[in-house]
Amino acid sequence: MNAPLNRTKRNLTIAKAMAEAIAEEMRRDPSVLVLGEDIGKLGGVFGNTRGLYEEFGAARVKDTPISETAFIGAAVGMACVGMKPVVELMFVDFFGVCMDAIYNLAAKNCYFSGGQSPVPMVLMTSVGGGYGDAGQHSQCLYGTFAHLPGLKVVVPSNAYDAKGLMLSAIRDPNPVVYMFHKALQGMGWLGTVKGAINDVPEDEYLVPIGKAAIARSGKDVTLVGLGATVHHALDAAAELAKDGVEAEVIDLRSLVPLDRETVLASVRKTGRLVVADDDYQSFGVSGEIIALASEAAFPQLKAAPRRVAFPDIPIPFSPALERPLLPDAAKIAAAARATLGKA
Amino acid sequence: MTPSQEQRRWMYRTMLLSRRFEEAIAAAYFEGKQPAFNMANGPIPGEMHLSNGQEPCAVGVCAHLDEGDFVTATHRPHHIAIAKGVDLKAMAAEIFGKQTGLSGGRGGHMHLFDAKVNFSCAGIIAEGMGPAVGAAAAFRQRGEKRVAVSFIGEGAANQGAFHEALNLAAVWQAPVVFVIEDNAWGISVAKKDSTSVTDNALRAAAYGMPGHRVTGNDPLKIFDVAGAAITRARAGQGPTLIEIETYRLEGHFIGDAEGYRAEGEVVGLKAKDPIAVLRQLLLQEGTIDVAADVRIQAEAQSAVAEAIAAARAAPFPAAQAAFEQVFA
Repeated sequence: MNAPLNRTKRNLTIAKAMAEAIAEEMRRDPSVLVLGEDIGKLGGVFGNTRGLYEEFGAARVKDTPISETAFIGAAVGMACVGMKPVVELMFVDFFGVCMDAIYNLAAKNCYFSGGQSPVPMVLMTSVGGGYGDAGQHSQCLYGTFAHLPGLKVVVPSNAYDAKGLMLSAIRDPNPVVYMFHKALQGMGWLGTVKGAINDVPEDEYLVPIGKAAIARSGKDVTLVGLGATVHHALDAAAELAKDGVEAEVIDLRSLVPLDRETVLASVRKTGRLVVADDDYQSFGVSGEIIALASEAAFPQLKAAPRRVAFPDIPIPFSPALERPLLPDAAKIAAAARATLGKA
Repeated sequence: MTPSQEQRRWMYRTMLLSRRFEEAIAAAYFEGKQPAFNMANGPIPGEMHLSNGQEPCAVGVCAHLDEGDFVTATHRPHHIAIAKGVDLKAMAAEIFGKQTGLSGGRGGHMHLFDAKVNFSCAGIIAEGMGPAVGAAAAFRQRGEKRVAVSFIGEGAANQGAFHEALNLAAVWQAPVVFVIEDNAWGISVAKKDSTSVTDNALRAAAYGMPGHRVTGNDPLKIFDVAGAAITRARAGQGPTLIEIETYRLEGHFIGDAEGYRAEGEVVGLKAKDPIAVLRQLLLQEGTIDVAADVRIQAEAQSAVAEAIAAARAAPFPAAQAAFEQVFA
């Protein structure tokens, strides 16, 4: 952070940081507009468009019918003629009704047009469970979106990054899927992980897409997380420090493009890797990061990499079933100890 | 079509049962969520969508259905589940995430399944319409007299799935009735701001089927229109679209501040509570007397109390059960 020394700290939630970024960009660039369900007068179910309707009006902040196929398709069309839509898919789980517009149009138009028709749009969508909403409202689906060529994918873990990534996403000439985790959002009714609320400069600044952050430095084991699992990994690192283990925590921030260099540099240094992801375990982020380490840092690995992820079952409703399965600091610390032969 | 005295009593009883059930669920839902409202806390976590006020839609339609008829409902399912005959105790236990629940706690309030009475619901708008068309088509193909009914909200009439399902049902002449519960609000967005027609029943014409709008949230009028549509479907004459003017007396979910409603809107709606209106009518026409009313109310109260108490007392599923039934 390059904040001026004399400025007062301003702690914001991710919700407020997102809204602020969108507002700043709307003031700067008349081609930016927002559309989605309940994003206007209500200010977004998750608070991330609050105040926009009042400032910019209904023409630029459009409440839509519950017609995701139509309005996400429309966003692609707007982007094709020079607008920069920021469109909300209220829950990522709803992608089932509108994926064609996302992965066959937004993701492919630039390529199939030979670069004539880029799609500068942001698709922001809420992810994550842990509050008893069952598997049609609790999934992360990071791997699902990151798997599809043509989409950039970002996952902020704190308000500072949320603002900087949103500004970068809106300015990016490509479709950017902006996945915000409900447990971090700062809406009281969902609870909020405290570490997600942090100091956010009022001035414009960019967090580059494709650049991971080292959230904590260490030399013994690398813990890789994204979104909510960054905070679990930080808690695990604090726990491990009591035993004299220095864990390095990497916040991926972007899945596409993936900052392979930062991950590899850390793994080459520590020789041990644990990936924490609250998306489904198989065929996803955790497998991708471990494959990366296996392919490019094999000689430096001192132990088999481990992963802590949600098992391959639909997310159940009952807290008795869901909560034991969610990644947490204890599971991450245990996996780290296992890589150190201290299981 | 006019309901018999017995059907009128059933409609009243069932509406009361649903209302008392939701009042008990709402009370339990707030446990652990005060003073700070965090959806993850308390004996019932997650979103909770109440159907208070919409009971006439459920009873007016389900009065014509048997266990074998197939019903899909929405994220706001309790009144329809109860009217369709879903086991109240198993439903309550499911909502509390217990082992004795309909699905052993896997589904919860938005994913209630009771195969014994052919009831299911789901959390995505218009999602139940395709399955209703398919079930109905299967009944027709097998020469069965069963029908399917898909309940949706008015917001769902702007989903692609709505329009595709209507067309397919008409092409196949499937014995299915689509019932739109028009409570005027899709979360915070008013129907008039999201929908190109004031009356979704008009859209039926585009798909070659009859469309009817029922006003007044009146269970007897709903009974009449739904009865004709279901009779028509059973007779092999194809699908019908019905839109019912109804009201939700609560927010989209519990915790919704409802800042989008006009001042006094909810007070006005509560003043014409359909349960009070029906009670008054049944008393006036002599279908029930005061003693019967007292008994019906007490029975609803005790059935709910029993179901909620059993749900609270039931054990949680073992954590390992999460891994069961992913595949058949």
